[in-house]
Amino acid sequence: MPGWPGHIAGEHVDVRLTADDGYQAVRSYSIASPPGNGHIQLTVEELDDGEVSPYLVEVMQVGDRLELLGPIGGYFIWRPDMRGPLLLIAGGSGIAPLMSMLRQRVVSGSETPIRLIYSVRAPHDIIYRHDLEEFDRLPGVDVTYTYTREQPEGWTGYRRRIDTELLREVAWPTMDGAQAYVCGPTAFVETATAGLAQLDYPPERIRTERFGPTG
Amino acid sequence: MTGFITRAFHGRRPEAGTEERLPPGQYLTRDFPVLSAGPTPHVPLDQWSFSLEGDVAEQRRWTWDEFRALPSETITTDIHCVTRWSKFDTVWTGVSLDYLLDQVQTDAGYVMAFCDGGYTTNLPIVEIRGGKAWVAYLYDGKPLPAEHGGPARLLVPRLYFWKSAKWVRGLRLMDADSPGFWEQLGYNMHGDPWKEERYWGE
Repeated sequence: MPGWPGHIAGEHVDVRLTADDGYQAVRSYSIASPPGNGHIQLTVEELDDGEVSPYLVEVMQVGDRLELLGPIGGYFIWRPDMRGPLLLIAGGSGIAPLMSMLRQRVVSGSETPIRLIYSVRAPHDIIYRHDLEEFDRLPGVDVTYTYTREQPEGWTGYRRRIDTELLREVAWPTMDGAQAYVCGPTAFVETATAGLAQLDYPPERIRTERFGPTG
Repeated sequence: MTGFITRAFHGRRPEAGTEERLPPGQYLTRDFPVLSAGPTPHVPLDQWSFSLEGDVAEQRRWTWDEFRALPSETITTDIHCVTRWSKFDTVWTGVSLDYLLDQVQTDAGYVMAFCDGGYTTNLPIVEIRGGKAWVAYLYDGKPLPAEHGGPARLLVPRLYFWKSAKWVRGLRLMDADSPGFWEQLGYNMHGDPWKEERYWGE
């Protein structure tokens, strides 16, 4: 990618589409890949009434050129030199910026302990399944799934929305001083952060990224 | 980059009559996205206060009951977020910054809004005087939801909406401009959507 300055795990880019009459539409997408590759990976969920996502998912082909602006981020970022174990909480496609952090952890050789809680409605909603299985096998990385509507056959794990009890069982104990990143639809983020508040996680140790419609 | 055309992209043109109301690079939404960087603070109203401090002859502070008793206005306005969504005809009720600033004596040229949860944002006084800014506590006639900044937020519709600080607890008046939370992370010190002042260096 000519001119790409590199990014920090958690950041996003603005994708700009231009029609032949000059009309432009711009939307943000999280970078799912770790820094340092010279290329980036974006994860795009097609929204029914979207203007840009349907183009990216249905129309764009290998070899097409795309205009990107960024990276943009600033706060929802993780660098391996930041202190504390990591608590990553993802709802649906909110897993994307957290993937960048997991991949960065591996690429940098960091041993920061990570607990990831990934909430989806059904097994087919899991993104990066293979990568997550590999990460889960790494020492110091634990991945917990919760399927809120439809579970895999024989599933004995969580089958409900994230709540205080689930967090009490799975998240780092408050005294471990974890840095938490919560990403997903805003209602999901509100519920998850309320659960962390019940466990007395300090608000300044919780960073959130929210997206999607609220109404 | 001029001249770059995205293959086979057609897009959706703005509805008739909306184009002039949309600043450059914005699209119209009927939703009201929440994009806070951290958890939503929840403060009991009996612990809430709003203060004017810093470069003032005498500080002023109002409790929630005192604040709600102040003269208020209801306005209808468009709002524009730096993440590119705009929302038309939003209805707010609150106290005008003109009224509040008239309660103190100051020569300050700038303010730093400070908020529950630690959020801050800086503004020039000229952007909050002259019928341009409010501390709003009702949205669409109902108490402002916490997710959208309740119990009260700053409302400065002429600038990108990150300047309309949620959970505002006061303004610190300053002689010199100083970057707040997002400004320190690369967002524009001024933030005029009509000049597309999103980031530094614009």
